[in-house]
Amino acid sequence: MIIRRPPDIPSSEITPGSVYFNRRAFIKTAAAGVAAAALVPSGLAALGGDRPQQIPPRFKNMKSELGEPLNSYKDITTYNNFYEFGTSKGDPSRNSGDFHPRPWTVSIEGHVDKPGEYHLEEFLKPYKMEDRVYRLRCVEAWSMVIPWRGFPLADLIKRVEPTGDAKFVRFTTVYRPSEMPGQRTNVLDWPYVEGLRMDEAMHPLTLMTTGLYGMDLPNQDGAPLRLIVPWKYGFKGIKSIVKIEFVEKMPLNTWHQTASNEYGFYANVNPHVDHPRWSQARERRLGELRKRPTLMFNGYGDQVAHLYQGMDLAKWF
Amino acid sequence: MSDRTKVRILKVAVWLGALAPLAWCVAGYFQDWLGANPIEKLEHVTGMTTLLTLLATLAVTPLRRLTGWNPLINVRRPLGLFAFFYAFLHFGVWAGLDQTLVWSWMKDDIAKRPYITVGFTGFVLLIPLALTSTKGWIRRLGKKWTTLHRLIYVTAALGVIHYYWSVKADVRIPVLLGTIYLGLMAIRVPGWLEKRRRKKARDYPSTAALSPAAGRFPSR
Repeated sequence: MIIRRPPDIPSSEITPGSVYFNRRAFIKTAAAGVAAAALVPSGLAALGGDRPQQIPPRFKNMKSELGEPLNSYKDITTYNNFYEFGTSKGDPSRNSGDFHPRPWTVSIEGHVDKPGEYHLEEFLKPYKMEDRVYRLRCVEAWSMVIPWRGFPLADLIKRVEPTGDAKFVRFTTVYRPSEMPGQRTNVLDWPYVEGLRMDEAMHPLTLMTTGLYGMDLPNQDGAPLRLIVPWKYGFKGIKSIVKIEFVEKMPLNTWHQTASNEYGFYANVNPHVDHPRWSQARERRLGELRKRPTLMFNGYGDQVAHLYQGMDLAKWF
Repeated sequence: MSDRTKVRILKVAVWLGALAPLAWCVAGYFQDWLGANPIEKLEHVTGMTTLLTLLATLAVTPLRRLTGWNPLINVRRPLGLFAFFYAFLHFGVWAGLDQTLVWSWMKDDIAKRPYITVGFTGFVLLIPLALTSTKGWIRRLGKKWTTLHRLIYVTAALGVIHYYWSVKADVRIPVLLGTIYLGLMAIRVPGWLEKRRRKKARDYPSTAALSPAAGRFPSR
């Protein structure tokens, strides 16, 4: 993967003196503006679509470590599987306008020496954000190349000091049917749950993600905090996380619970293990015409294959 | 307004309605409405239109019986042919764009993926129906034409199953279409039973008194 630290602050981003010295008045006006905006119909509040002026210039010619171009901001923010907002690909961008990713609380629970409940800003404070260009391979056999922004989950884990009983990490999505229309249906059991084995969670590729293209995650991509595990199918990348628990037993992840013969716990990208109803040997990279062969572990095999040595991956799918 | 005019208007409506999805697809390609995965969108629109036109075709006869307006039969063939047309487009998008005409991938999918086996079979079964839809063939086949064209009951069912098996978890629309299909078949059952009873009475007049409808005939 490509890790980039954001460059030094450009002068365009330095607060003008007049604003700084009058910042309390500025904040009051801004707060009034936000309150007014909250009254604006939800549709206008939804983010998505092309925002070429706001995409930082460093992304212009960025590629993945295999030389693949990035998918557009528009594609990444209008083609989503996020059933909390509806089951069509366009539903999350259309229906997440009412969702408020702030204020946000994250709780750390279970077998750790330092559990706690944090406001998001507090939670994120100790970590340095990085750009990470990863392939995202959906179990439905399409994929994109996405420039995420986040920090290694391993950094969080080291901070909270898991005990010897912590064998797995279990993540939970927010349950808020008032703002997430899909949660009023029972296409899946809510709230959405996912999990990782401890060594998978500690792996340097596993990313606690807060942004894409250098900007905060829009609602449809899992604001304000989501998980990205690039060598696994996309459904492992749980979105809008409120709870991170350190547990002894393998968590029952939602898709495995929904159809245990079709979706497993490990969900490692594997062209040799088909979905019962469709092949996983090839995938549609959005933007390309011809399907491309799926890579073992989504192309991250040299970094993760050792985690699964001796495991029958057809059995533990 | 004469029956002939009404049928004309209905046929125009069918043509406009049936061509609208195609127009949307073509416009969508140029206007970039097809989204981030245009091939998937095209497969979805052509597939859904196939199923809806198949169900519309199946609705003609029950509507005819219900309204007693026989000229309705004249929209059945255009509807059926449009169903075939969209099935052909759906197959074409899959074969040409999704599979980029790689025959080995396609053979593999048709053989190994049940939802594709079922979908492909449904499409293939529609071909003889499309080819024998002309007046010439109706005359040539006579009674056998009706028997052959009962295949539409099978292809519509295969189409619904194909859709149901292709969906990840949200089966609501396939289930709805399946329910409509079952309803359109259920409506036909009393008619079939009555036909069978009448045929039996014709072939074996002495048994008429033994049938459940015996009460309708003077028993003396």
